[in-house]
Amino acid sequence: MLCAGVDIGSRSIELVALDNGHVATIRKVETTLDPIAQCRRLLDGVSYSHLVATGYGRGLLAGHFRAETITEIQAYALGAQQLFPGCRVVLDIGGQDTKAIALAADGRVKKFEMNDRCAAGTGKFLEIMAASFNIPLGNFGSFALNGRKGIAISSMCTVFAESEVTSLVAKGSRPEDVALAVHESVARRSVSMLKRVSVEGPLVFAGGVALNPCIHKLLVEAVSYEVIVADAPELVGALGAALYAANMA
Amino acid sequence: MEANYAPLWESLGLDLDAHDELLRVLGEGYSNIFLSQKDRPEGMAYFDFVMSEVHGLRIKELIDGQKEGRKVIGSFCVFVPEEIVRAADATLVGLCTGADFATDEVDKLLPRNTCALIKSAFGFKLGKVCPYIEAADLLVGENTCDGKKKSFEVLDKLVDKLYVMDIPQMKSPEGRALLKAEYARFKKAVEKLTGIVIDPARLRNGIEITNNKRRALHRLNSFRSADPAPISGLDALLANQVYFYDEPARFSESINKISDELEQRIKVGEGPFPKGTPRILMSGCPMAVPNWKVPWIVETSGAVIVGEESCVGERGTQNLTDDTGETVDELMDNILDRYFKIDCAIFTPNPDRQQHIEEMYERYNADGVIHYGLQFCQPYQFESINVEATLEKKGIPALRIDTDYSVEDVGQLKTRIEAFIERIA
Repeated sequence: MLCAGVDIGSRSIELVALDNGHVATIRKVETTLDPIAQCRRLLDGVSYSHLVATGYGRGLLAGHFRAETITEIQAYALGAQQLFPGCRVVLDIGGQDTKAIALAADGRVKKFEMNDRCAAGTGKFLEIMAASFNIPLGNFGSFALNGRKGIAISSMCTVFAESEVTSLVAKGSRPEDVALAVHESVARRSVSMLKRVSVEGPLVFAGGVALNPCIHKLLVEAVSYEVIVADAPELVGALGAALYAANMA
Repeated sequence: MEANYAPLWESLGLDLDAHDELLRVLGEGYSNIFLSQKDRPEGMAYFDFVMSEVHGLRIKELIDGQKEGRKVIGSFCVFVPEEIVRAADATLVGLCTGADFATDEVDKLLPRNTCALIKSAFGFKLGKVCPYIEAADLLVGENTCDGKKKSFEVLDKLVDKLYVMDIPQMKSPEGRALLKAEYARFKKAVEKLTGIVIDPARLRNGIEITNNKRRALHRLNSFRSADPAPISGLDALLANQVYFYDEPARFSESINKISDELEQRIKVGEGPFPKGTPRILMSGCPMAVPNWKVPWIVETSGAVIVGEESCVGERGTQNLTDDTGETVDELMDNILDRYFKIDCAIFTPNPDRQQHIEEMYERYNADGVIHYGLQFCQPYQFESINVEATLEKKGIPALRIDTDYSVEDVGQLKTRIEAFIERIA
């Protein structure tokens, strides 16, 4: 029997199932407007003994399946610890949340910060910006890596930042430079959150935005400690939930 | 059977439709948040009744009292000395400030970056849904934070019964002298309003009535250090909220009855949450009825609240007023002594509050502190940063929350609070 973890995020839902501590199944679907139907699809044919849900939809899942819930904060802390024992801080930038989690030497959550209310500085921000550049989200980071520094986006609000981008491009700025500035604003916000929780690394960069090479590079430049990106950074939360499930079994 | 209070509300000038809507939402919220709790003390039935009649029977009592000459004084703050009001056979009531109402109208009069508590007071007034503010013979505003101070200038244009009390900002001899002078002036104003001259016997009586309410809450709170806690934080908060509305003797008696029950409960290890449930001390801005958002999130996320470091809580009710004294002057000094100890964040510096938080954390065997700040509440938000840092430095887990009365941040608050509970569990 497997121990399964499901991370229901605002953009995507991930499943990681463990068999005696080894990853047996990985699945991923879009969240859509019917996340429960998506979870059913995700769990279809997976025979698990323990199920743990995390992410903003954790309560929803627990209402439909026999599942325990843990927060994304604990899930990411557990997942990151497992992948990189000894890491001391986790940065998770997801679809609409950013979280900085400091870990004690024994791996327990020591302190955390989370953006409140709006989606400034999260994956959603990058997604909307990429759309205004007409660039697929997956290519936005490498596009920005071609940019030159020197422009600053001053607004953290997604709506205002979008008009700032439009007016910068209209004034003749190179799109690559503006895209870099957009990434810098996300990185700046994340770094300030990191500074509020911790002063030491190594840092594990997780969540979907960790796939963006430009944010990764800017993060490495901004902090004095080692920055590690998991192979599949968007799965760290589901892995953490699965580890928690395995611990219950 | 439900009594028909519509004529009463109409006579107070309330907007009946809006008021019905308010009561509907309030009743629904109360039922979801309070009545759904498990294993409540039986004595809470009294508070369920009080809440169901908070705009009904209690208002009728106040109006009936007015017909017999008992004046009603409305207040927004725990610096308004209840002893003086009771000494003149008048009734002190706390005014409604715990929910958003008539926000469009409020935004015409107050800057947007005003805290939810102040906006709420105006919302209830402008929306014509607070029977207390309408029934009161005198409203006492107090110069605590800038928001309140300046908003009273605006309120003064809306009502013709506002009295403003100045409050010191430093615990210096000069600050003390100011509060002493203000309390003397307030005593005169109460005497003028009621036509009663406050003599030593009356003042002693006022002190006794008020102390009894405080004693009752002190006793109730003393049982909350047990594990399992014999009462939920929500129910205890409700008792603290009703403190501001209810008839004092009846309130004290009801609280004492619940305390008897709690005493039995801790003997057999009974409580609404199992032994070992993570224990939270709440600290920060006051939570007036029906502001139950954060305690509700905390207690539906696997923790129990064991204390409130708040005006609606121990900041408001700690310390009794000494009733020994032969003259009015001596007794007025005792009142001054008691109120000058209130560790409100409008004072600078305000080290007593930090001490009180740490002392409460120990006394209630808490596992962590959640600092509750209202957005745009400068004094408490300023202090919250140092409170959090100092607690963490001492190894006390602390979580700082800034929020308002809206529900739009409930999801994020739930994640943050759950994660905090995971951290301390």
